[in-house]
Amino acid sequence: MATTIQVTVNGKVHSHEVDPRTLLVQYLRDVLGLTGTHIGCDTSNCGACTILVDGKAVKSCTMLAVQADGCEVKTIEGMAEDGSLHPLQEGFREKHGLQCGFCTPGMIMASADLLSRNPNPSEQEIREGLEGNFCRCTGYHNIVKSVQYAAKKISEQEKVAQ
Amino acid sequence: MTNYIGKAVRRVEDKRFITGKGRYTDDITLPGMAHAYIVRSPYAHARIISIDTSAAEAMEGVVKVYTGKDIAESGINGIPTGWQVNFKNGDTMKEPPHPLLVADKARYMGDAVAVVIAENREIARDAADMVEVEYEELPAVAGPKKATKDGAPLVHDDAPNNLCFDWELGNPKAEVDEALDRSHHITTLEFTNQRVVPNAIEPRSAIGHYESASDKYTLYTTSQNPHLTRLLMCAFVLGIPEHKVRVVAPDVGGGFGSKIFHYAEEALMIWCSQRLNRPVKWTADRSEAFMTDAHGRDHVTKAEMGFDKDGKITGLRVKTYANLGAYLSTFAPCVPTWLHGTLLQGLYTTPKINVDVTGVFTHTTPVDAYRGAGRPEATYLLERLMDTAALEMKMDPAELRMKNFIPPFDGVEQPGYQTQVALQYDSGNYHGVLERALEMAGYDDFRKEQEKARKDGKLLGVGFSTYIEACGIAPSAVVGALGARAGLYEVGQVRVQPTGTVSVYTGSHSHGQGHETTFAQVVADRLGIPMENVEIIHGDSEAVAFGMGTYGSRSLAVGGSAIMKSLDKIIEKGAKIAAHTLEASEEDLEFAEGKWTVKGTDKSVGFGDVALTAYVPHNYPEGLEPGMDFSSFYDPANFTYPFGAHIAIVEVDKDTGKVSLKRFIAVDDVGNVINPMIVDGQIHGGLAQGIGQALFEGAIYDENAQLTNGSYMDYTMPRADDLPSFELDRQVTPCPHNPLGVKGAGEAGTIGSTPAVVNAVMDALSPFGIKNLEMPLTPERVWRAMNS
Repeated sequence: MATTIQVTVNGKVHSHEVDPRTLLVQYLRDVLGLTGTHIGCDTSNCGACTILVDGKAVKSCTMLAVQADGCEVKTIEGMAEDGSLHPLQEGFREKHGLQCGFCTPGMIMASADLLSRNPNPSEQEIREGLEGNFCRCTGYHNIVKSVQYAAKKISEQEKVAQ
Repeated sequence: MTNYIGKAVRRVEDKRFITGKGRYTDDITLPGMAHAYIVRSPYAHARIISIDTSAAEAMEGVVKVYTGKDIAESGINGIPTGWQVNFKNGDTMKEPPHPLLVADKARYMGDAVAVVIAENREIARDAADMVEVEYEELPAVAGPKKATKDGAPLVHDDAPNNLCFDWELGNPKAEVDEALDRSHHITTLEFTNQRVVPNAIEPRSAIGHYESASDKYTLYTTSQNPHLTRLLMCAFVLGIPEHKVRVVAPDVGGGFGSKIFHYAEEALMIWCSQRLNRPVKWTADRSEAFMTDAHGRDHVTKAEMGFDKDGKITGLRVKTYANLGAYLSTFAPCVPTWLHGTLLQGLYTTPKINVDVTGVFTHTTPVDAYRGAGRPEATYLLERLMDTAALEMKMDPAELRMKNFIPPFDGVEQPGYQTQVALQYDSGNYHGVLERALEMAGYDDFRKEQEKARKDGKLLGVGFSTYIEACGIAPSAVVGALGARAGLYEVGQVRVQPTGTVSVYTGSHSHGQGHETTFAQVVADRLGIPMENVEIIHGDSEAVAFGMGTYGSRSLAVGGSAIMKSLDKIIEKGAKIAAHTLEASEEDLEFAEGKWTVKGTDKSVGFGDVALTAYVPHNYPEGLEPGMDFSSFYDPANFTYPFGAHIAIVEVDKDTGKVSLKRFIAVDDVGNVINPMIVDGQIHGGLAQGIGQALFEGAIYDENAQLTNGSYMDYTMPRADDLPSFELDRQVTPCPHNPLGVKGAGEAGTIGSTPAVVNAVMDALSPFGIKNLEMPLTPERVWRAMNS
């Protein structure tokens, strides 16, 4: 009993028939081939599958693909624009905020949501803002620094734009 | 001149990871690929009465269901172990079979009973629910000491009292007993170093791909150790010629030890693919990962340390029951023995040491190396003893350590330090790291602050840990004598292309450590070429000649040294070509900054020109082979011995028992450092895992040996808001016996941090007269202790 959905992913409109039980993360990975979004658990605790749905961070394993019908989805593959990295992507590289890279896409997407709500977070606010995402490699130390780097960079860019 | 070594060069591999272009095993889809789901025993111990696969096989989209009977009938072997530790009386250790799917009995919760292969994963999972297995549940045992008692349920019929081996190291026990008897004071601790689950965020995955036209097999797998996996799988399990099998470990999302080992699912996917003549993929659910990834630690220990009246250590006696789980994983027997007992000298001049370890089977997930592997267990017992002894003898824990430290030695002018437990330390300056850590902590002021806080009703505590580890694993002949069934060298091939760019093939595997950057820094500096001209290739048995993989903080010390050997050969050959080109003698040349120069002249030829000449050998030294491509095996002369001093400062909430880690100071000496940014990152991650064990983590088995917290809903791992930013510094005492002078940084943080945190909590709780609590120090456990 497949259902047809239409989803805009990273600015591109997609229309597919999906099973009602297909999770959004499966749709992204298996149907669209966007394997940058990872699956790290089966209880929606790890955050590796975090993406933006209509601008808000969502764990894409907690959402059915059919629920994304008509939504605007952004994944890690859509973060770099016009060939230049998003300040968060740059921050994670500059501050060594990743090691194995598996949690990184989810971590970057969760951070994007955090910075959209709080453009200048304190260390504590960053730590609390990312507590839905596990990282087993970095001890979070450099992830905090990466987000701080991005926050600074974004605010500088905005100043220039003004 | 060095352009790269010692600099925080940003990582080469990051670009693909931050843009979502990494390629992990589960990201790979092959044409015609089927999907596997494994039926696992819900019981820790059960006889399999019958299995009915008919309903599952009748489902649309199901390709095939195989059971343990099919595996047994196919005549293949079980999963082998790579290390042999015998009984003290010389009897061979018990090594029961570990079939890919069990036919008779399930021996732990999660033991594999059948595999369903279907057109997609959802169908496979649905069909797995339709496989009807009739079990007769049997009594089970989870605790290692309990399992040795007469009458305990047996995991394997031919291992009485569930004993795999018993083992002893150090001075004769009678000598240690005597030393302790004569001591002024004896500190005794009995505790469990609890079982933890490695929890790499990428679950394990494997794709078997058999191609009948070429009779070749490819295994894509989440492995730290692709070549050893190929060897074990081909030679010991499936009986397939090794040259017919390619093993690829692509991007791997963390390992921490748990992906070193050859797992049943890898061989099973190859076996299924060959039968079905199509690729088959299996990817673990997280709950499956909790049940089947090899776990770590799980020691039940009694440790006694004697002191004279001045606080000098007189002797150490240790008895440990080590849980091995239901089957022997790849390195399981060596972890609680040769990687644990050998580290009990610690940083101290302890004159007499005896350690006795009993390896025990239980109805639990197999236990093997987890970040640190044996060394955290050794460090935990030593460092808990030191802080406890200081408290009991009313001495300062830092002073007590200083008093007992081995004096500094560089391993060049002063010889290495021979321990009572087999190892010879390479070089060390143990006072230096502790002094620096005390300075960073502001220790003297802290004690005043603590006193004041106590008056204000606040519980502050400080805890120490000064650790040593044995890394750079390991000299092959030595480990062979200790029971290893493999050599532990590494392979490094350096291939120079005609245009002077360089491809390096290493048997080390990076799954977060950043080899593609660190190794390239080394190569670029040695050859005097830009890093952009160097590419590091790893994780593919078809590309890399051979390798022993990444574990035991060995990659740079052993893998890097193998590359250095090949670089020496490149430069040596290059000199012959350069001498010919420059019409000079080789002895008159020097190689620096990427060119050979005739000493004292401006006549020189660059690396690129020499490379081109090697491949276009028109005007070329007589008798010299064309080309520039060298491979080397490096077998280390000794282990390396990183060490350090960690200090934790905690506050315990009197009302809730919650421990807040206020500060964590780590001064580590990992020898020379190639990329300080990456080394710091390794320390950070290690600290988080060690702190995790102290405060949060622990696998809990109930009386039926059911794993009761096998999910992220139930098993607590540190999150960002559970940890502070860490305060790091380093000391550099180069390793005297490898060409880079490096010791290894991957495990240091985990090894040192756990006891520091527990010691800090015990210090905070000292007004309550609490001397020891079991890990993890959850609010409940701490609150109960304060209120009992």
